Amino acid sequence: MTSTEKHHDHAQDHVAHLREQHLMLDPLPRGQMNDMVMESMHTTSWKFWVVFGILSVIVAVFLFGAWGYMIANGLGVAGVNRPSYWGIFLVNTVFWIGISHAGTFISAILRVFKAEFRRPFTRAAELMTTFGLVQAGFSIFMHMGRVWLSYWLMPIPNQRGLWPNFHSPLSWDLLAITTYLLSSTMYLFLPLIPDLAMARDRTPDGTWQKTFYRVLALGFRGTEGEWTHLRNAMNIFAFAIIPVMFSVHTIVSWDFAAATRPGWNSTIFGPYFVVGALHSGMGAVAMVLAVVQSRMKHMKYFIRGEHFEALGMLMLLVSMAWAYFFFNDYMVQWYGGDKWTQQLLHFHEGGPLGWMWFAMLVFNVVIPWATLWNKKWRSNPWLLFGVGLLINVGMWFERYIIIPISLTINRMPFTWRMYTPGVEVFLGIGTVAFFILLYMGASRLIPLIPVWEVQEGQMAHSLKTYGRETVVTVSELE
Amino acid sequence: MTTELKIPEFSANFAESGQQGKWGMAIDMDICTGCQACVAACAMENNVPFVGEADSGYGRSMHWIRTERFWEGEFPEIKMTPYQPMLCQQCGHAPCEPVCPAFATVHSQSEALNLQVYNRCVGTRYCANNCPYQVRSFNWRDFERPEPLPNQFNPDVTVRRRGVMEKCTFCIQRIHRAEDQAKSEGREIADGEFTTACAQACPADAIVFGRIDDPESAVSKLARGSRGFHMLEELGTLPSVTYLKAG
Repeated sequence: MTSTEKHHDHAQDHVAHLREQHLMLDPLPRGQMNDMVMESMHTTSWKFWVVFGILSVIVAVFLFGAWGYMIANGLGVAGVNRPSYWGIFLVNTVFWIGISHAGTFISAILRVFKAEFRRPFTRAAELMTTFGLVQAGFSIFMHMGRVWLSYWLMPIPNQRGLWPNFHSPLSWDLLAITTYLLSSTMYLFLPLIPDLAMARDRTPDGTWQKTFYRVLALGFRGTEGEWTHLRNAMNIFAFAIIPVMFSVHTIVSWDFAAATRPGWNSTIFGPYFVVGALHSGMGAVAMVLAVVQSRMKHMKYFIRGEHFEALGMLMLLVSMAWAYFFFNDYMVQWYGGDKWTQQLLHFHEGGPLGWMWFAMLVFNVVIPWATLWNKKWRSNPWLLFGVGLLINVGMWFERYIIIPISLTINRMPFTWRMYTPGVEVFLGIGTVAFFILLYMGASRLIPLIPVWEVQEGQMAHSLKTYGRETVVTVSELE
Repeated sequence: MTTELKIPEFSANFAESGQQGKWGMAIDMDICTGCQACVAACAMENNVPFVGEADSGYGRSMHWIRTERFWEGEFPEIKMTPYQPMLCQQCGHAPCEPVCPAFATVHSQSEALNLQVYNRCVGTRYCANNCPYQVRSFNWRDFERPEPLPNQFNPDVTVRRRGVMEKCTFCIQRIHRAEDQAKSEGREIADGEFTTACAQACPADAIVFGRIDDPESAVSKLARGSRGFHMLEELGTLPSVTYLKAG
């Protein structure tokens, strides 16, 4: 073998390696890829239906059953008391809104910055936004004393001329979450249209799925004009939804920051909550992707180590940002020297639930920093799943510390009392089950992989050989 | 010699923001014996439910007035500190009012009191979180009133259902009755003509109620005294209740 041949072999290996590593350099024929995605939707084992059934029962009993019981008997069946008027309900609300954040973050910000690794998993992340917001809505409505009158919080014209109080952070909250839910649903829907059209063309006539796809695809045929309109709309939404996303969690934080409570009255809460939301949301995206990749057919082709690697890097970055904001918040509150805040900070670390405070720091900072620095480790889906799970537990602890534990300490020591959760634990489990259930249902109905986006990316990428070097080139398509 | 510094005040100017109250109370902690007669009288006057031992022990007791009891030192070497009856301070600049999304917690123009509109309350409990005095009671359940308790309902006061926030009203039904009486007789209300249930029941006369916008009323004179202070004054809530220091 001559040295030229040897070099040729080496170059071949290099190209093969690149193709194996990067989805964008490993194109398949369009028809085959479409069929793979259709097949991934239609290949359902009996295990899926067992899990689906169990989750349905949990949702029916824990979520709707327990909620009905609570509506019939009053909030006394939950654990909320004086002074912890808000308990796990609000913890879960903030938690689910946090989960819903990363969906948009990953999809919109990475789309705006044209990060190529986003392509196969934007949809999985966007779905998380919509389904997470549904759970946040459930959690916040559950905590109301008279939920049957919740429409009074909407600005509905009425004969008494009564409007909601726009001074109240809760009113801002409701408007912000509604705006976010509507805009993120539209943002989920727009890139879905070409895929729905693809599914419509590959579904046999006379089935209800055909009707479903036909109605939702809005007659999309893939003409040049349709693509131009779609691209313009998506571009507008990707830019417009980013400030909406930042505003939502800032406004959620104002529910606390605008109050007079020690521990809540902190000016840094806005960005601190946004970063916390991204932290838990990134972890959740990693968990969803690990499950999707291992459980759905053909997904090993679409979701690869490179995607987990990139996600792991983002998680590490967000973890560092969270640590900074946590330190900042703690430092400023401690330095403020207010005697009630001092009591509260001491109670956080040294109180009966002090272990939660330390667990929060270990799960949110120590474990991500200790594992995600390593490229090989963070390319491993199940390691990322584990880290994501721990981050989510840690972030849930963070919200638990901010809400019921901080409410325990107030300016009237006579009313200090611990909070013991009641039926809200089941309601919380119910929302988790409902989230997974919605996701599983969606995975059977809509393509979890934005096929057209992957194909577009693969068309834009090519391997070119200059002299002896093989390099990746990306052309601008839009 | 002191110089008065005039620092411009910032306030988000809610309707009638920072208004000093019309009706007020003075509570003398020196003569309060902690007998809880005010608590019982208030519950009867205002149809406040009895929540039972279990709920009460878990921090769900419903009292519009409570007697706070503190001590110094470790048992058995303890020294009691003065009793501190705690009720809604009817703040002139109340933290509970702006946070209610449904306008169920409002400031009344005519009585200058914080009102809770039970019919309008949807139970977000934000007002109770934001109340620095922790004097709001939430109806966690529909609490039972075994016979013969329903026979002593006060017909002038609404009975609240589950999921609704409630709190001290300064016995607004008595204020209105006295006002109507005075109006029909074409005169002003005389100081001491009527009083709240808690003040009426207090055997030591530690609670005095009346007009605080009238400098000659008994409550104004007490509040002006050197012993008077406001609870958590540093928050700028402008309470209508003045406590008189003990000891």
